[in-house]
Amino acid sequence: MSIAAPVTTPDDEAQLVEAVADAGARTVPLAIAGGATRLGLGRPMQTAESLSTANLTGITLYEPAELVISARAGTPLAEIETTLAAQNQRLGFEPVDHRRLFGSQGTPTIGAVAAANVSGPRRIQVGAARDSLIGLRAVTGAGALIKSGGRVMKNVTGYDLVKFLAGSYGTLSVLSEVTFKVQPSPETEVTLVLNGLDDDRAVEALSTALGSPFSVTGAAHLPAGDGDVARTLIRLEGFADSVDERMKDLVALLAPYGATESLDADATRTLWRAVGDLEALGAPDDAAVWKVSVKPSDGPAIAAAARAAFACRVVYDWGGGLVWIATETGGFDAGAAVIRDAIAPLGGHATLVKASDAVRLATDVFQPLAPPLMDLTRKLKARFDPAGILNPGRMYAGV
Amino acid sequence: MTHIAMPAIDEAVIGRRDEIVAGLVAILGAEHVIATEDERRAYETDALTAYRAVPLAVVLPGSTEEVSKVLAFLNGTGAKVIARGAGTSLSGGALPSEDAVVLGLARLNRIVDIDYANRVARVQTGVTNVNITNAVAGQGFFYAPDPSSQLACTIGGNIAMNSGGAHCLKYGVTTNNILGLRMVMLDGTIVDIGGSECDAAGYDLLGLVIGSEGQLGVVTEATVRILRAAEGARPMLMGFDSAESAGACVAAIIGSGIIPVAIEYMDRPAIKVCEAFAHAGYPLDVEALLIIEVEGSEAEIADLIARITGIAEAFKPSTLRISQSATESAAIWKGRKSAFGAMGRIADYMCMDGVIPTSRLPEVLSRITAICEGYGLAVANIFHAGDGNLHPLVLYDMNDPDQLEKAELAGGDILKVCVEVGGCLTGEHGVGIEKRELMSEQFTQVDLDQQMQVKSVFDPGWKLNPAKVFPLEGRPAVSA
Ligand SMILES: Cc1cc2nc3c(=O)[nH]c(=O)nc-3n(C[C@H](O)[C@H](O)[C@H](O)COP(=O)(O)OP(=O)(O)OC[C@H]3O[C@@H](n4cnc5c(N)ncnc54)[C@H](O)[C@@H]3O)c2cc1C
Repeated sequence: MSIAAPVTTPDDEAQLVEAVADAGARTVPLAIAGGATRLGLGRPMQTAESLSTANLTGITLYEPAELVISARAGTPLAEIETTLAAQNQRLGFEPVDHRRLFGSQGTPTIGAVAAANVSGPRRIQVGAARDSLIGLRAVTGAGALIKSGGRVMKNVTGYDLVKFLAGSYGTLSVLSEVTFKVQPSPETEVTLVLNGLDDDRAVEALSTALGSPFSVTGAAHLPAGDGDVARTLIRLEGFADSVDERMKDLVALLAPYGATESLDADATRTLWRAVGDLEALGAPDDAAVWKVSVKPSDGPAIAAAARAAFACRVVYDWGGGLVWIATETGGFDAGAAVIRDAIAPLGGHATLVKASDAVRLATDVFQPLAPPLMDLTRKLKARFDPAGILNPGRMYAGV
Repeated sequence: MTHIAMPAIDEAVIGRRDEIVAGLVAILGAEHVIATEDERRAYETDALTAYRAVPLAVVLPGSTEEVSKVLAFLNGTGAKVIARGAGTSLSGGALPSEDAVVLGLARLNRIVDIDYANRVARVQTGVTNVNITNAVAGQGFFYAPDPSSQLACTIGGNIAMNSGGAHCLKYGVTTNNILGLRMVMLDGTIVDIGGSECDAAGYDLLGLVIGSEGQLGVVTEATVRILRAAEGARPMLMGFDSAESAGACVAAIIGSGIIPVAIEYMDRPAIKVCEAFAHAGYPLDVEALLIIEVEGSEAEIADLIARITGIAEAFKPSTLRISQSATESAAIWKGRKSAFGAMGRIADYMCMDGVIPTSRLPEVLSRITAICEGYGLAVANIFHAGDGNLHPLVLYDMNDPDQLEKAELAGGDILKVCVEVGGCLTGEHGVGIEKRELMSEQFTQVDLDQQMQVKSVFDPGWKLNPAKVFPLEGRPAVSA
């Protein structure tokens, strides 16, 4: 998938402001892209032109002793990760790589990580991308350059537009520069594996682990499929002695769930990257993929409802609260009605992360909002992007 | 009196006082409407006691529905509305005005539901911060953000201010620990934002409401994350001859890959006062004292303490004491958590709340001292060193108007330094009225306009706590 030509690629913030203001003056809707690895996410848009942050690159501040890094929005995520790794640090929320899922080629950028609030397995412990995002600079649809937050760890000065703009998928502003708080990397990491649990038991085991004092940093379940036995995965990180001790305690705590095995640091690293990048969903080619967020104990009921209605593959993360569902047979709405009906009485939301253009045109990609929230959403959009030129319709019709 | 200006009072609203009170009584009954001047006076200020105004009336609704009815009614009257939790705001966040009705959340004090399997609790927002932890402690859980005022302050106030605490270095502040809110808008509309799941659908309205200082709506319920407590925790004390050594030690600990749950800092004047109050055993002969707390199992605690003391040696601490008992740990924390109260016994003070990049600590501390000396005032520093959130207490005598003015000027100068070195005006206490006019130090008018646009979406007539956060000049016309 590629973005609509012509593509404007500003080289600096001033050019970015100019490009947005120019599109505003002409009322030309823009598709906003970072590395263009997640263009398939969202409602198909009718945009005549595109704006890419690919040339807004470079780390602008990195203070390891203060646990803070700033970079221009188009900086490749890989560059950030390599720079942090050299100081034995990392982005705590563990951004995942969606290229496999979308079958896309581009280079994931740090700005898009913020704009799509992309968090991986460790979200369950350290929070989402938005929780680590402490500052940003952005250009609104009105062509106004604004900043919010900053580079210090605590900041309640004014409204928290940082959180608000994180996860707004470029529909309110184009991010120009982002600042994240970072974490020290642990000395080591291990995974405890439970085999053969059904979904209910697995989520129970994950809840037990997450409700223990042992600082679990990953809690996923890969149900049985194609001859593979179900695997329930629990990750611990830290200093080696501490990890050893907590692992023993955890094994004892989870004894009622059957025999356990443990994976060493290398295997753990590979495994959790695969969990985050959704390898267990199988070949993604023609599948529609759902991301469902519910309270962990409701995860299995959602999966059961989907399985009862159509053939699908399921992966649980975040202790059972994040349910990924991939299906080739969900029907014209890719299973939207089934999944959202199952969620309705329980609370939670479902995003159709990937599907054909036709399905995404006919189906709500993002969870429909209650009327008062939708009303606020539209009004806020109008205050950030009055002419409706930034990724119009990507999240909701008219937004 | 003092130099923070207030928006013009709407005399017409004051003229309709009886009518407004009668309308409120019709909704809530007379027992939950406070109308006599004596009783209203109890709500004239918050913990920024230099500013006072007796509100038009005070209402104490008992449910979200009653809050909705009250707001829908007030929306038609032109009265301003100030939500109020416990009134512990240090920035004047809960300060009323003569043309405002105070909406107290005190009766919304129920814990609605506790769900250990999913590690969340649903609470009404008048519940005090500590009562959430008290309710779940029996199962080994806690609610993480722990402002020093946690015995009194409410979760609603915490949400409005995005409050932090000593342990947020590891666990984050309020906004990182809330999953859902129920909020009533000024027209009475009830909205549910988020829920019990991660990452609410649509735009991050939770992020927007948390920290909006009661200006977007009245929050009546919240779903908070509860966490399983570590097996144990232990503080240690480290005294240093200079701020430089203490600051460098903090940087070295964090640089080594250890994030203690808390790193608190006190300077010599603060140590003296806190020790006299709490008898915590703080060393009196040091320039800087760090309280560093680690947690985990016995073995982990021992290991972390060994690592930290190993790192600290290079900075030659003159005191290094590890707590040996639960009683000693409690005393160490009592000294810190009662620091503001203890200072209050010896002098009036303005508590600043700026944040700086931690590498600038020694430089900023000496500039703070110089600023206060320049105004002839004393200062004591007590703060969260791990995240650079400073709390200089500028001491003055409230009965001397000249000193109050000087304290305010000194506070302003201090906060400007914080911004200048790359930090911000407030790390956890909020802007309130106190830092409102300093906002332009940190933000451009364009930045502020965008934030005010948000306010106008939620509160088009600017009736909800309008005197706060934004400089009086440059506001939209409707706010006048
Ligand atoms: C001794 C002392 C120590 C303190 N220590 C800390 C600390 O360590 N960390 C920290 O962050 N703060 C601290 N504070 C500041 C203060 O306690 C916090 O700001 C606290 O969150 C205020 O809560 P409250 O219930 O007292 O709110 P109030 O003071 O009653 O109100 C504060 C603000 O919240 C709004 N508000 C209250 N309830 C609601 C609601 N339900 N819906 C919408 N808006 C609402 C009010 O309008 C006001 O703007 C301290 C204060 C004192 C006096």
